[in-house]
Amino acid sequence: MEYIIKNGNVYDPLNKIDGEKVDISIKDGKIVDSVSADAKEIDASGQIVMPGGIDPHTHIAGAKVNVGRLIRPEDSKKDTEFSKPDSGKRAGTGFSVPSTFMTGYRYAQMGYTTAMEAAMPPLLARHTHEEFHATPILDHAAFTLLGNNWFIMQYLKEGDIDKAATYASWIIKATKGYAIKIVNPGGTEAWGWGGNVHGIDDPTPYFDITGGEIIRGLAEVNEMLRLPHSIHLHCNDLGHPGNYETTLASLDLPKGIKVDPVTGSRKTSVHATHIQYHSYGGTNWRDFVSEAPTIADYVNKNDHITIDIGQVTLDETTTMTADGPMEYDIHTLNGLKWANCDIELETGSGIVPFIYSPKAPVPSVQWAIGLELFLLVDDASKVCMTTDSPNGGPFTRYPRVFSWLMSNKAREDMLENKVHKWAEKRTSLATIDREYSFYDIAQISRSSPAVVLGLSDTKGHLGVGADADIAIHNFNIDNQDPSADYGAIESSFQRSSYVFKDGKIVVQDGEVTIPNHHGRTFWVDSLYNAELEKQVVSEVENVFKQYYSVNFENYPVQDEYVLKPAPINGIKEAGK
Amino acid sequence: MNEVVLTPKEQPYVPIETSTIKPDDFANKSIDEIKDLEVWYGNTSSKIGDFFDVEGESGPTPAETNILIDGDVYNTKRIGQGMTDGKITVNGNVNMYVGAEMEGGIITVNGNADSWAGQDMRGGELIINGNARDYVGSSYRGDWRGMTGGIITIKGNAQNEVAEYMLGGKLIIQGDVRHMPGVHMNGGLLVIEGNVISRPGGEMKNGTIVIKGIVSEFLPGFEYHGIEKDLNIQGESIKGSFYKFKGDFSEKGPDGTVYVAVAGNNHIVP
Ligand SMILES: [Zn+2]
Repeated sequence: MEYIIKNGNVYDPLNKIDGEKVDISIKDGKIVDSVSADAKEIDASGQIVMPGGIDPHTHIAGAKVNVGRLIRPEDSKKDTEFSKPDSGKRAGTGFSVPSTFMTGYRYAQMGYTTAMEAAMPPLLARHTHEEFHATPILDHAAFTLLGNNWFIMQYLKEGDIDKAATYASWIIKATKGYAIKIVNPGGTEAWGWGGNVHGIDDPTPYFDITGGEIIRGLAEVNEMLRLPHSIHLHCNDLGHPGNYETTLASLDLPKGIKVDPVTGSRKTSVHATHIQYHSYGGTNWRDFVSEAPTIADYVNKNDHITIDIGQVTLDETTTMTADGPMEYDIHTLNGLKWANCDIELETGSGIVPFIYSPKAPVPSVQWAIGLELFLLVDDASKVCMTTDSPNGGPFTRYPRVFSWLMSNKAREDMLENKVHKWAEKRTSLATIDREYSFYDIAQISRSSPAVVLGLSDTKGHLGVGADADIAIHNFNIDNQDPSADYGAIESSFQRSSYVFKDGKIVVQDGEVTIPNHHGRTFWVDSLYNAELEKQVVSEVENVFKQYYSVNFENYPVQDEYVLKPAPINGIKEAGK
Repeated sequence: MNEVVLTPKEQPYVPIETSTIKPDDFANKSIDEIKDLEVWYGNTSSKIGDFFDVEGESGPTPAETNILIDGDVYNTKRIGQGMTDGKITVNGNVNMYVGAEMEGGIITVNGNADSWAGQDMRGGELIINGNARDYVGSSYRGDWRGMTGGIITIKGNAQNEVAEYMLGGKLIIQGDVRHMPGVHMNGGLLVIEGNVISRPGGEMKNGTIVIKGIVSEFLPGFEYHGIEKDLNIQGESIKGSFYKFKGDFSEKGPDGTVYVAVAGNNHIVP
């Protein structure tokens, strides 16, 4: 099937197209130079055309997401979809933690075609892939959690970086994972002992290694393996007033490491995720202030870093992370139900519902800090759009966040009429009048994540050879002013007029048309050193016999789990 | 005041879900339009007319519309769910969720009700002249914010976890209940005129429970505050002598109150 999209205002930052009318030709799932006269024409006059959205950090598949669904039937009630058996569309429920099928539909309706599960415990990798299997439309990948992993901590403590790299390349391959995820390094392990670590120089029990050593070690491992993505770092001290100093110190650690990934054009050595939660000043919740300007200044001055925000959307949502001790803190703070999980030798996690009330001072400041970060980092190629869904709010609120970014008036309305006055007093948001353009929006939601994930060969742009993942949104730049008509931004991004996935129309007029289209699974297939890998795997097997609750043979993710595999060919014997 | 009479045909084997049976949906509609209103029969969309003969006339507003269900509807769920005004009378038994999420008006059931009667109720009045099962006046599953207003009266007995997560309003049960009435309660008034098998007020944070009958098993998380006579709570005056307890101290800073009749309950006093 061939298509040609005509007359739309195209935003394609990687090809420097800024709203110009460019025809987009589609053939066999790819964007091509030209199509035959038989191509079906899509008239996009008065509409904007962008590459499909890419979410570089979300929680959509795996054990903790599913526990979130299980403990929150009252959340399920808030958004429901009937099945349409003749079209293959499945029923679904859930506002902050939608069921798998609905996750695929809701992302696609917003023009998103790729989403990354940001936290996969190796032991629960099979479950994660099973849920991907039931999440339609989206291309996807999962980041393997390694920041509190016993083998990694052991090898790094022993100073054996080669073994750490060997283990990392093996475990990513074994779990069909994509990147190295670090969550509260050392802290989640300490939670297994009933504690936490504070800052990057606080050693974790038994392993006696600090968060800082883990971050630096894994950052080096990441570039020894030349992975497509940089380390994906959830810093220590998340959500604690005064944590910005820990954040700055952590971000400095991977500086100077040589970066040369096997694919893509990434030049950065660390991706700091949901940095909103790590930009806090003050010493407690009473003198809590924003340090977003300090963090933004660091990001502006340094080129080894990208960030995503973790914007708070002021909704009732569900928090879930591998940062087990932090979730316990939230539970003691709000008193709501709490689920906790200890994942053997690897990580932990916690889940707590959370109400970010706009009337309350702290959530209002958190909301403002996120927007400050978006607006104070000058170069949108360093910034990715996230809410850390569902932590800061569900991904279905991205269109609303776009409207806040594109319209000063929208923010003034919030500051004057909706949020607590602390948002104005404790942050600099009210003094910022920058407004994002559609080009900026295309960067934070398309091109920036594509580059930092190492997927920019085929994703995040509309040049020839790219996957034909395309979103068309009904907003007429000739007669609509996004700054004044911010409600229209939200509605046009909430329900795309067309979404193409692999060259097929999967959404039309905001409704899913091909509900059973299956996305690809990206994962990295690399081998650091075959001989060393044999040795490391036999060490892992021994530890399995002693400590793990499953047999080693039941651990790796077999090929059968992945319906549409898209392995990235990593290094081969680079460490020999 | 106009009345619409629904006479049930044979009750189906699979329960039907009928949140459209309420004055809000019936008001200002012709009988044919009412027959056409959607109900769910399992996973199949059906119509009221498939399960009921419909006669009478609706009023111009919900307040001016009475609905009489003249017969046993033991397999019909969600009657009056979310109603804001008017009246529903059922001459027979009802299934689950009668009066769930109701905000106003009056529902009278001249029979028994299944579980979840008055779940998440906001206002209005629900009277069950027979027995009710579990979770009368409870929250939606998983929610920690339950019934906030209105009055529920059960003339007979109820079963387990009545007034679960109750926040406001009144629930009066004239008969006995089984386990854990007022579990997680955080406001409102629960009166049980009969006996309780076990654990009233477990993990309650606020609100008041009054038990006039005998409590077989009481929880240890309550503090004894002596005897009080002739209570007046939320406009409800309750005669008699009661042991007063505060708790449940398994929660942080609890302010819940449980009154248990002195007569027959000296086994629970320290
Ligand atoms: Zn996250």
